[in-house]
Amino acid sequence: MRHEIVEKNLGLMIVLIIFTISGGFLAEVVPLFFHQQVNEPVEGLEPLSALELEGRDIYIREGCHVCHTQQIRPFRAETERYGHYSVAGEFVYDRPFLWGSKRTGPDLARVGGRYSDAWQRQHLYDPRSVVPESNMPAFPWLFENRVDHQSIEARMSTLQTLGVPYTDEQVAKASADIEGKFEIEALVAYLQQLGTVISEKR
Amino acid sequence: MSTFWSIWVTVIVLGTVFGCWWLLWATRKGQTTDTETDRTMGHAFDGIEEYDNPLPKWWFYLFIATCVFALGYLALYPGLGNYKGLLGWTSTNQWEAEVAEADEKYGEIYAQYGNTAIPELAQDEDAMKIGQRLFANNCSVCHGTAARGQVGFPNLTDDDWLWGGEPDQILHSIAKGRNGNMTPKGVMPNMTNEQVDQVVNYVLSFSGRELDAEAAKAGEQVFAQACVACHGADGTGMAAMGAPNLTDNVWLYGSTYEWIKETVVNGRQNQMPAQEGRLTDDQIQILAAYVYSLSN
Repeated sequence: MRHEIVEKNLGLMIVLIIFTISGGFLAEVVPLFFHQQVNEPVEGLEPLSALELEGRDIYIREGCHVCHTQQIRPFRAETERYGHYSVAGEFVYDRPFLWGSKRTGPDLARVGGRYSDAWQRQHLYDPRSVVPESNMPAFPWLFENRVDHQSIEARMSTLQTLGVPYTDEQVAKASADIEGKFEIEALVAYLQQLGTVISEKR
Repeated sequence: MSTFWSIWVTVIVLGTVFGCWWLLWATRKGQTTDTETDRTMGHAFDGIEEYDNPLPKWWFYLFIATCVFALGYLALYPGLGNYKGLLGWTSTNQWEAEVAEADEKYGEIYAQYGNTAIPELAQDEDAMKIGQRLFANNCSVCHGTAARGQVGFPNLTDDDWLWGGEPDQILHSIAKGRNGNMTPKGVMPNMTNEQVDQVVNYVLSFSGRELDAEAAKAGEQVFAQACVACHGADGTGMAAMGAPNLTDNVWLYGSTYEWIKETVVNGRQNQMPAQEGRLTDDQIQILAAYVYSLSN
């Protein structure tokens, strides 16, 4: 009958519930904050350039991550199709990460350099003109809108605060770097660098 | 993982499993005999009371079984900090085993095809079935499932080649990729609008389609200045630079006056991405043979 004690004391019950459900987080997530393998960038990894970062924000805005994952799992079927499996050190500057959880379209973790710029533009303008069976939406407005160059410095210095190693110089000239560019240029620049740090297939 | 975090994880994981175990036994205490099943929770609403019965036995032992399973799993697989598990399983060595198994199964077949000369390989029906699937997976996105290409992406079935159709040239195009670059107005950046009209008419005249014969005639001079360096004096192109033959009426970017004018005025940049590193050398050999077989 002692469960009455818990059931009739709301405060105690809240504490016990938090204690119970925090186990998984404490065991599976917290140690990773201090784990070298997930905090150290892979060799050669650079933070995204201003244009690529803008492209990444467009990628998020258009919801690309809803249908495309950015994580190649260590199964042969995946590595044959997409390339080397993803490793934690590739994503240390990704805030937030865009691993995704559902593939309506293919994984994009290593799409960089896989197709030409011209193909990427054509495909984003009208996917079915290059892949007839595709059900991806078209994004023609990316070819008309200019990038948002005014807030890029703020975004980069926020990332700086979070530990992404941008130099002050990079932040200072970010706005001038991308001013007047079309959104499509930013998105294609972002796509073309995805996963290119680890290039060998195995 | 440092020793501290290893112990941290181990304590929480085992603590959770044994905690569940304890909870199951503790809450069952005093409810193990039949006489006790009549006990109520002690509260009544509108005369309705609630029994305080134990779980059915099968249900109780199912919970116990999950705890036993968890301990067995933690013994076999990595789950307790730095402990590797009796099976020594990691996601990486599982992947390596999968790859090794596949290499053993297919490696020999691929190696055999990889060592066959392309024209010969193109005659091999089995190899070409593999080639077709490789093409569908890796090339059809740009060149189309039937390899007929589209605007900006070459047709591979017409025996008309930008970079050459010899086996070695095809192999090079696939493995190393190609970068095509036509500068705006060729090598004559100061070309006037009139001269653009003339040279477009001249280019059209190669396939007998000029709109204005006089302009076409005048265009010959412009062509000689702006275009011959890459396309040759007779307009038949140069495979070494990927400069297309302009006389065969096969067009990568459209054949009309407007399209050609657009090409002349703004130039064209195009790229075939290198497949080396994405595909194995043997796969590239098979693909080259497949592409070769499409027009030979």
